[in-house]
Formats: sequence, structure tokens, C-alpha cells
Amino acid sequence: MSAPSSAPLPAPSHSQNTSGIATSGIAFILKKAVISAFVALVLFSLMIGVRTEAGPEGHLIYWTRFGELAAIVAIVFGGSIIIELLRQWIGPSGAGRLVPPWLQDAADLIGRWLAPALLVFAILIPVIFYDQRYILDLSILVLTYVMLGWGLNVVVGLAGLLDLGYVAFYAVGAYSYALLATNFGLSFWICLPLAGILAAFWGVLLGFPVLRLRGDYLAIVTLAFGEIIRLVLINWQDLTGGPNGITGIPRPTFFGIPLSNDDDGLAAKLGIEFSPTHRVVFLFYLILALALLTNWVTIRLRRLPIGRAWEALREDEVACRALGINITTTKLTAFATGAMFGGFAGAFFATRQGFISPESFTFHESALVLAIVVLGGMGSQLGVVLAAIAMIGGFELFRGLDQYRMLVFGFAMVLLMIWRPRGLVGHRAPTVFLEKNQAISSDLVKEGHG
Amino acid sequence: MSEKILTVDRLTMRFGGIVAVNELSFAAERRQITALIGPNGAGKTTVFNCITGFYKPTSGAIRLVHDDGAVFALERLGDFRISKQAKVARTFQNIRLFPGMTALENLMVAQHNALMRASGLTFLGLIGAPSWREAERRAIDLATVWLKRVGLLDRADEAAGNLPYGDQRRLEIARAMCTEPALLCLDEPAAGLNARESGALSDLLLAIRSDCGTSVLLIEHDMSVVMEISDHVVVMDYGVKIAEGTPQHVRDDPKVIAAYLGADEEEAIAVMESGS
Repeated sequence: MSAPSSAPLPAPSHSQNTSGIATSGIAFILKKAVISAFVALVLFSLMIGVRTEAGPEGHLIYWTRFGELAAIVAIVFGGSIIIELLRQWIGPSGAGRLVPPWLQDAADLIGRWLAPALLVFAILIPVIFYDQRYILDLSILVLTYVMLGWGLNVVVGLAGLLDLGYVAFYAVGAYSYALLATNFGLSFWICLPLAGILAAFWGVLLGFPVLRLRGDYLAIVTLAFGEIIRLVLINWQDLTGGPNGITGIPRPTFFGIPLSNDDDGLAAKLGIEFSPTHRVVFLFYLILALALLTNWVTIRLRRLPIGRAWEALREDEVACRALGINITTTKLTAFATGAMFGGFAGAFFATRQGFISPESFTFHESALVLAIVVLGGMGSQLGVVLAAIAMIGGFELFRGLDQYRMLVFGFAMVLLMIWRPRGLVGHRAPTVFLEKNQAISSDLVKEGHG
Repeated sequence: MSEKILTVDRLTMRFGGIVAVNELSFAAERRQITALIGPNGAGKTTVFNCITGFYKPTSGAIRLVHDDGAVFALERLGDFRISKQAKVARTFQNIRLFPGMTALENLMVAQHNALMRASGLTFLGLIGAPSWREAERRAIDLATVWLKRVGLLDRADEAAGNLPYGDQRRLEIARAMCTEPALLCLDEPAAGLNARESGALSDLLLAIRSDCGTSVLLIEHDMSVVMEISDHVVVMDYGVKIAEGTPQHVRDDPKVIAAYLGADEEEAIAVMESGS
């Protein structure tokens, strides 16, 4: 109301809302909703408003769908109002909302007991779901990704080196086991450490050229490394079988006793009836043990000088150099350690599937594992578990939605990142303390720059 | 045993066409505090970066002699080895702590090389060998001693990034001292401190010199600190040394005053005479 109006208008209260309380009035909400709706109109007018198709003679035919367009714009308009109202109801983002003390206590209690509870539950899964093959398979899949997430967490979460090619080490581990087992007949338990060592070797090999690179450049080179490994696997037909992959990879044995339906099998030796589920349960405990080993080693490493150096490297590389820390070896050990766990997971994958091909090691896998680490909260072990359950389990949960699965899933991830921008577990636990072990807010912890 | 811990001989550092440091020579005495002063852009921090291995000098020599007579050519050593082998520690003009780690963790990272050896390159530590536990306990003790000295013992478990500015400055010095250096290089430790805090800083540096026997090389703009604690002052302007001597001697040097006032020498003498 800039015009000097003398007439008694009902408008002044309205104008007061827009200018006085600029972020809360009805007019503000409406304005925001109108803008959103307009953007949606422009955006969707061609995407949804006009439908084109190739006609029978190859010419373009099109028809309009203004009804659907109007519906979408209306949804955006309404949704914008709801979101704004919710935001005002919840309060400005960032401001600490008053949480009742009992709720805070309950949250703390859950936080403390969540990890042990999850572990006990994981151990009991084969007992509870013995007859449900689907759940057992899904659990094995989730645990594989938990292990990969924990492995990548060393590189990305602790050392702050953004690695987009982690699947390469997974592939190296898988092919190491497959080739050693099919060509030389070595057992799984001999191949497992070999696969880890070979993957670690490739980790160091990748580490050397990227030592000087930081941030985006590091990410691009690691991405390329992942692709190179995959392309080599496809094209080196003599060794890897090319796109056909490797078949007939030996199944794991219970320390030399096969889990099969003959007289030498474990079932026969124990005098129980053979069931194919035995092998699934064995695989479940195998990956659980491997994942827990990864977790245990990582937790130990964090409290050792090398782990602290990784975290210091993430925080400030220049200060590390001034303190006499060898940046080169510190980065290489981070790459090698992460790669080694990726190699273990790869060997497990090969023995579980019995068949591997380059198709299993696409960039999609790297992105998924990285998403688990980022979503979980960089550097947090528990966060990785929660994120792996959410990502892999959630993906299965939405299976009924068919083609909308990705949409719902993407939407859920966007919401989660708005709600918790630093991941599910967004604080850092100190590795050593004098009196009290207090978590460090994620605002202070750096993400690392490569 | 040489009395000079650090000898800088005709140090030159060029960045393209710009000569940041030109044929600079000076020496720092053992167990003394040597201050490097000069107007902004005089090349002080460049000298520091050459000494601590962040820059490779274009020409010239930097010699460091340990108590036991071991000699290090710092201009050839470079990078992390200067801290690891030659035992030169430094702090930064803009504080470079590890903000997401606690004060105690910062001091533990500083003892990385000693702890790395004690943990048998991680393997002994991974299995929790008693020798490693003992070494870790000693490292925590050393860190505690330094936290106490800089008055941060009660904030040991707080994130370094959460500490007030003055505390962060002192923590950075404590972190440098935890590397058990022979020479401590401080780049403007009093910047941003109030009078009381810079007084406490002077006491801390004097204590470091007398109790630990560490030689200190100091860049500082706060003249009260420089005049109070320095044994020897080197003045730089435009990459060259224009004066050196005791604080008293330097303070009365017309060349120094001219450099700080940005005036000719004659004018400076005139100012001095009219002032006194």
C-alpha cells in the first residue's frame, strides 16, 4: 500500500502481513504457493501438457493433456501451502526445538542400545526367519552392503577422500576368488585373504596417481578407475571370460566340509537331514562375521595413530604436514584398507552367487555404496548400518509400487537429506577422552576436500 | 655444540618475477627467542614457509643444528620431514587446528610419529599389545601436561572448533610443542588477542624457552610482546633485512621506524627528534 490512501480500506491488515511479518502471513504463504505453481506450470507445460508420439508414417503426432497439467499445478500449489504451514508450525529450520526431557532421555536410551539390539537381532535372524528364504537372502544382501559401506567409510568418512570407484575393489576381490578357485582349485579360506591383499594392492595402485588430486578431480579419477576395471574385465576375454563372466565358482565349505547333499556333506556328518537352507544360513553368518571384522578393525584403527591421522587429514591437510605426518603413506593406507574390505566383500559375493560377470560391477554399485555412507553420516559406523537397511531394505519395500519405486525412493531420500543434512548419525565420537566422552556436533567436523 | 640453532644464509625466494625474499641472512641462537618483524608484505611468512618446508627456496641455505650436533639442510629436506626429522614445529597465522577433533585429540595427532613407532606401524596396536597401551598412556600424559600449561585442561574433551579464539591460539602452540620440537616457529601468535591474553602468551613463550629449552622463532606485529620477550630481533622490509639486534637497539633504529611509517630515513629521524 504505497499509495497514500485516506479511505478506510480492509486492505491495511493484509499489507501489514506482507511487510510487517514477512515470513508468516497468509499473503506470504499464498505468494510462495503461486510462485511454486507458476514454476511447475512452466516446467510441466511441455513435459506433461503436450504428449508427442511418432505416427504410423513416421510423422509426429501430438495431443494436449491440459487436465493432467492442471492437476499437477494444483498439487504443487496445495503442497507448497502445506509445506509452508508445516514449517511455521515446526519452527524455523536450524532453531533448536524444545524437546520434552523425557523424549530426549528416551532418544538417548535408544541411541545407546540400538547397536547392541541390532547385533542381537542380526544374530537371531536365521533362527527367526529360518523358513523364509526371501528374508534370509535380503539380509545377506543388506549385510554385504553394510560391509561395503564400512569399508568405504574408511576412505570417505574417515580420511575424507571422495572415492567414486569403490566397486573396482569389489570386482577385484570377486574376480580374484573366482579365478584362483576355478583355475587353481584353491579353497575359499585361502582365497579370502588373497582377494583382500590383491584388492589392497590395487587400492595402493589407484592411490599413487590421485595423491595430488583433491575434491572433484579426485572423484573423477576414481570414477574413471572403476570404469577401467570394468572395461578390462569385459575385454580381457582369455582371462575373465569377457561379458560371459565366470561360472561354476566353488561354493564355500565349512572349513573343508562341503555343504552338499552327499555322504561327505556337513548334514550327513552331523547326522541331520540335508536342506539347501543350511548353505544360506552359513552364508549369512559368514558375511555377518566378515562385516563385524570390518567394523572391529575400523573401530580399533580409529583409536590408533593411523586412524587419527586419517581424520586429521580430513580436517586439515596443511596442519598434518606441519606436524610431520606423511600425507602420502597416510592416504595410501586409507585407500588400501578400504580396498581390502571391498575385496573381502567381493570374494564373498563371488562364492555366494557362484557366477560373476562385469555386469555386477557397474558405477551404480559405487553410487549405492557411497549413498549409504553419506546417508548414514560420514564416519559413523551405526549410520552405515541404518542407511544400508533403509536403502536396500527400503528399495525392496517399495517393490510393489512398480515403476514409481524409484520416484518414491528418490523423494524419501530428498526428504531425509532436508531433515538431516549431515546423515542419519550426524555427530562424531571422540577417539580418546580425559573425563567425559561427549559427541562432537557435525557442524564442526569437516567433510574433507580430497 | 654450536650456539646457533638456525642459520639462514642468503635465502632467496622468487614467485615468477616477484622477489619475496632477497638474499636474506640471519641466525637464531639456541634457547633464545628470535623475533622476525617487519611491515605487512615484508616477506616474513615466506621466510617461515621456507624454513618449515612449505616452500622450496629459489636459492640459499637453511641449516639447523640439534643439541647433539646433527645438522639438517632444511632447504633440501622439505615437507613433513622437517617436522619429523629436523624437529621444527610451527603454528599458522590463521589458526589451523583440527576443528572437529577434541583438544586432547589434537595433541594426540601431534604425537603421530612417536605413536606410530610405538604401535608397531599399527599392527601391535591392533592386537592391543601392552607396549602400545603404555605408549598411549604416556602420550595422553604428555598431552595433559601441555593442556595444563596452556590452561585448557578443563576443556580437553571439547571440540577444538568450539573453543574461544584465544584458547585456540594457545592450543595450537601446545599442539606444536607436543611434537617435542627443537625449534618452534610461531606465525603471529598474538594476532587477535587482547592485552591480558597477549600478556599470558608472553609468559607461556618465556616458560617454553626456559623450561623446555626450545628455541623460538617468532613473527609478530604486537610490539609489546616482541619487546618484552625477544632476545634478538630481525627486521625485514621488501624481502631484505634492514636491521637486527636487541629489541632496544632495533627500536631506536631510524631505518626500522622509516619502514614502519613508510617514510624516508631523513623524515623518520626528524620525527624521532621532534618526538624526543
